Amino acid sequence: MTALSADTTPVRASGASARLTAGWHAADGPASLAEHTELYGPLPAHLGGLHGRRRGETLADLVLAAGLTGRGGAGFPTGRKMQTVASARGPAVVVANGMESEPASQKDQALLSRAPHLVLDGINLAARATGAQVAHLCLARNRSGLTTGVLAALAERERAGLDGVPILVHELPHNYVSSEETALVHWLNGGEAKPTATPPRPFERGVRKHPTLIDNVETLAHVALIARRGPEWFRSAGLAGGAGTMLVTVSGAAGLPGVYEVEVGTRFADILALAQPDPGSSGVLVGGYFGTWHQIGVLAQLPFSAEGLKPAAASPGAGIIHLLPPDSCGLVEAARVLRFLADQGAQQCGPCIFGLPAVADDLAQLAAGRPEGDPLDRLERRLGQIAGRGACRHPDGAVRMAASALSAFAADVAGHARRQPCRAAGPQLRSARLPAPPGGWR
Amino acid sequence: MNLRLRVDPIACTGHGLCADLAPELVQLDEWGYPILADDVPPALAVHARRAVRACPTLALKLGRAERGAGQAQNRRDHGPQRSHGSRRN
Repeated sequence: MTALSADTTPVRASGASARLTAGWHAADGPASLAEHTELYGPLPAHLGGLHGRRRGETLADLVLAAGLTGRGGAGFPTGRKMQTVASARGPAVVVANGMESEPASQKDQALLSRAPHLVLDGINLAARATGAQVAHLCLARNRSGLTTGVLAALAERERAGLDGVPILVHELPHNYVSSEETALVHWLNGGEAKPTATPPRPFERGVRKHPTLIDNVETLAHVALIARRGPEWFRSAGLAGGAGTMLVTVSGAAGLPGVYEVEVGTRFADILALAQPDPGSSGVLVGGYFGTWHQIGVLAQLPFSAEGLKPAAASPGAGIIHLLPPDSCGLVEAARVLRFLADQGAQQCGPCIFGLPAVADDLAQLAAGRPEGDPLDRLERRLGQIAGRGACRHPDGAVRMAASALSAFAADVAGHARRQPCRAAGPQLRSARLPAPPGGWR
Repeated sequence: MNLRLRVDPIACTGHGLCADLAPELVQLDEWGYPILADDVPPALAVHARRAVRACPTLALKLGRAERGAGQAQNRRDHGPQRSHGSRRN
C-alpha cells in the first residue's frame, strides 16, 4: 500500500483485490496508451453487438454473466441494460457518467486521472455492444485538469486509430443533481443540466431521442476488463455472493483516507481496517450524501454490498464511507448535509422547492439545540410526505439520509431536544466548505 | 382495468384545483402540492377526469395503472397519511 505524495486523492490497493488499480495505485498521472496496453493487453476486436452473433456471445451477454452491477450508486445489472439498449429500435447512444458530483466520493476522479484508457476502452466496447454511432463522456466543468488528461488520452487513441465511433468529451455544470442521468440527457440535448420527468427513461428515449445507455465510468472500466478476461475471471473476485471488485472512497476520521479497491462483499470492518479508523469514531455515513448514517458497530460484520448491507437498511451507493470524528455530532453533520442537498436541488418540483428547505430548517433547529415548536414532530410528518414525489430521486435520497440520522443518533436527538449542550467541536464534513450557490445550469 | 392519476412534478405549480375537484383522490401537502391516492376506483373516474381537465398547467394525467418503473412517483410511499387508500380497499 502506497500513499501518493501528489495533491491528488491517495489510491490504495491491497494485493489480490487490485484489478482496476493494478499498476496505477502509485501513479500520479494518467497511464499512457502504451503503458495501458502493456498492463492490460490490447482491446479485444472480436466482441460486438447483437448482429451475426449467437446468443450468449455478445458483450452484453458476457457482462450479464459476469454479474457486473452499476457502480454509480443504483446497482442495476449492467448487462441487462446493455441488452435492452442494444435491442431497442434505432441507433443507440452511449453516455459515460464521470460527473462524480457526490462530495464524499473521489473514486471516479481517481480512476479517470490514472487510468483514462480503461474507461475509454469501456466506452468503445459499450458503443460496439449497443450499435451506437456516437458516445459522450460527461465530466464536471470545474475539474479542468481531469478533462485535459482525458483529452490527451483520446488524442493518443485517435493517432492509433483505436475507436470506431467518436467519443465526445463534455464539461457540465457541477451541481449535485446534474449527474442524474436524465439531467445528462437534458444537457446533451441542449437544455439545462436538471433532471426531467420520467417516463421516458433514457434507455427508451434519451440523447436526440435515441435509446441511450448511461453508465458510470467505473462500471465501464470493469466492462473493459470483462471483455479481455471473461465473466468467470470477473466473478473469481467477490465475497458473500458479490461479483468483482469495487472502488471505495473512505474519508473523515481515518489515518489513511483515500480510494480503495476491494472485493464486493468485503466485511465492512475489514475495509475500515485498511484505512486505519480513529478508534474513537463511532458514527459513519455510508453511501454518500444520499446514503444513511449508522453506528459503526451495527455495520461491522456486514458484507459491503447492496445485498449485504440490506439488514441495516444501508447501501454502498457509489462506494462511500465517511467516518465521523469522535468530537463531532452526527446531527450537526446530518443537518449540514441536508442543507447542502436542499440548496443543490434543481428547484423544479414542490418537494424540492419547499419540502427540503423546510426539513433542513427543522433538522438545523434540532442540531443547534434551539428548537422552535417541536421540530422532531414536524420532521416525522414531513419526512414521510416528501419521498417519491419529485421528478427525480433527489428528495427521496435527502429524506432517507435525514431519517437515518434521527435513528442512528437517537440519543443525541433526545439530548438536543432537551437543549443539552452538544459535544460537537465544529463542522467536520466537506459540505461545510462547499460553495452553496451552483455555477449555473447550462 | 384500473385507472391511476399521475402528476408531472415539474409542470405542477401547486394550484390545488385537483384537490378541490377530487378530494377523495388528491390531498395537498402543507405547501399545496398534490399527494395522489393509489388506483382510482371506477366510481370516482369522473371526478378524476374533471380534475385532469381543470389543471392549469396540464400536469395531472389519468392513465392505466401499470406495474413497473416510475409507478412509485407521487404516491404515499409511507408516512402517516394513508387514509384514502386503506379506506377504499
